[in-house]
Amino acid sequence: MNISVFDVIGPIMIGPSSSHTAGAARLSRIAAQICGKPFDKVTFGLYGSFAKTGAGHGTDKALLAGALGFKEDDERIADAYRYAAERGLKYEFYEADLNVEYENSCKIVFFCTDGSKTTILGSSIGGGRIIITKINDTQTELYAERPTIIINQEDKKGVISSITQLLAWQGINVALMRLTRSAKGKTATSLIETDDVLPITLKDLFLQLDGIKDVRILNFGVEEE
Amino acid sequence: MYKNVSQLIDQAKHMPLHRVILENEMQLSEMTEKEVYDRLEKHYDTMVSAATRAIMQPLEMAGNFIKGQSFKQGKYASSNPLGGEYINNIMTMALSCCEVNASMGRICAAPTAGSCGILPAVLIETARKLDSTRKEVLNALLVASGFGAIFISNATVSGAEGGCQAECGVAAAIAAAAAVYLYGGTPKMCANAVGIALMNCMGLICDPVAGLVQLPCSFRNAGQAANAVCAADLALAGQTTVIPVDEIIEAMYKVGKKLPIELKETSLGGLATTPTAKKLEKKVNKISIFNQG
Repeated sequence: MNISVFDVIGPIMIGPSSSHTAGAARLSRIAAQICGKPFDKVTFGLYGSFAKTGAGHGTDKALLAGALGFKEDDERIADAYRYAAERGLKYEFYEADLNVEYENSCKIVFFCTDGSKTTILGSSIGGGRIIITKINDTQTELYAERPTIIINQEDKKGVISSITQLLAWQGINVALMRLTRSAKGKTATSLIETDDVLPITLKDLFLQLDGIKDVRILNFGVEEE
Repeated sequence: MYKNVSQLIDQAKHMPLHRVILENEMQLSEMTEKEVYDRLEKHYDTMVSAATRAIMQPLEMAGNFIKGQSFKQGKYASSNPLGGEYINNIMTMALSCCEVNASMGRICAAPTAGSCGILPAVLIETARKLDSTRKEVLNALLVASGFGAIFISNATVSGAEGGCQAECGVAAAIAAAAAVYLYGGTPKMCANAVGIALMNCMGLICDPVAGLVQLPCSFRNAGQAANAVCAADLALAGQTTVIPVDEIIEAMYKVGKKLPIELKETSLGGLATTPTAKKLEKKVNKISIFNQG
């Protein structure tokens, strides 16, 4: 049997809906982790069933709670508005016509304190699972269930090879690697999922390499065990 | 390895049923025996908390359709109820889980959030009645989840895909297996209990009023918990399903596929489109999600 007993009794979550509440909280929390910088405003563009039936399922509270870093089983989700006010986090929910294939989708924009913006598109796909389909202008297919490295790099020869060499020296096995770029010779994005937990020191090692602009180390799936 | 109920029962000829499922889990999740039991314990503790929280005080929720149901049933359960204390305590706890879930409290999906009351209620009250040890309860939880995994693999546990029979029905089926196991029934009896519970709810639709996981969900949780006990008693008496359980699971899956979309979680049919439900829906829809602050 290749289905875990914990897929039957689980997840432990805040109700009432695994897709509209738990999935929404997880989506927003993962998005905030990908953003990786402090932010004082966040907007949520709700699409499909999130917009239509979200109110009764507390989808708004769940999304806001996720942005505050609360996990899917955190009872503070129900009071997310109060916690946002306490932390001085501004927010806005609006209906968005997103061009996506999933019914429960959301466009999340983080307005960072350094003046920058991170836009993330993602969906809740049932049972509390999620998928991130876009990070800023980069298309992705990220389920956030395995340790992940996101690297922004110059699109030039040799960069990818140095990335994979560094991982090999660290003894980290790559499960999946996806490369996208905005245009030839501009910025490329590497999205690497690994089998092994990532040491936080990895970030500095990457930044020493030629052509690496920005690195995010995200140990998805590890803290849930 | 097992892929269906008949293979699972076959393997339980050589070792206890819960151990077949445990060893599969250890291999699959790369966890030690202790890690599996620790995690089971954590999930069971969450179940107990949700099953008891709303008994003492009614909980607030969007629409308040089921506020106070557990409190009311709990009072009745302790005053010489018609069907007996055992079944009424079970229904009280199933209702509590549903209230906690609807009020944005913490629950353990089993197998889903909408059906989160059935397995905990049956397991907790049966263990109390039989004076089971903590280890026996966790083993019964393993047995229930082992059967549940077969449903996920070979059919569905999603209301949107298979109707309520796939959520509350499957919860009743696996709760029935847990009850039989706690009582000391054989693996075959567990399988029969799974099949009987499923026979008795085949075709059950998913028609949530106003799209909320409240009505008729809480009563379906109470009702399917009772179905689980009924199926367990029938199986323990030696009743057999005649039709193999794997065929019943497949039949349930096919029935679910054939159910019209209006009767699968969309709130476009069944109780959800009654005149009163429509009025309640209008009231709930006044709650806006498009807030700013």
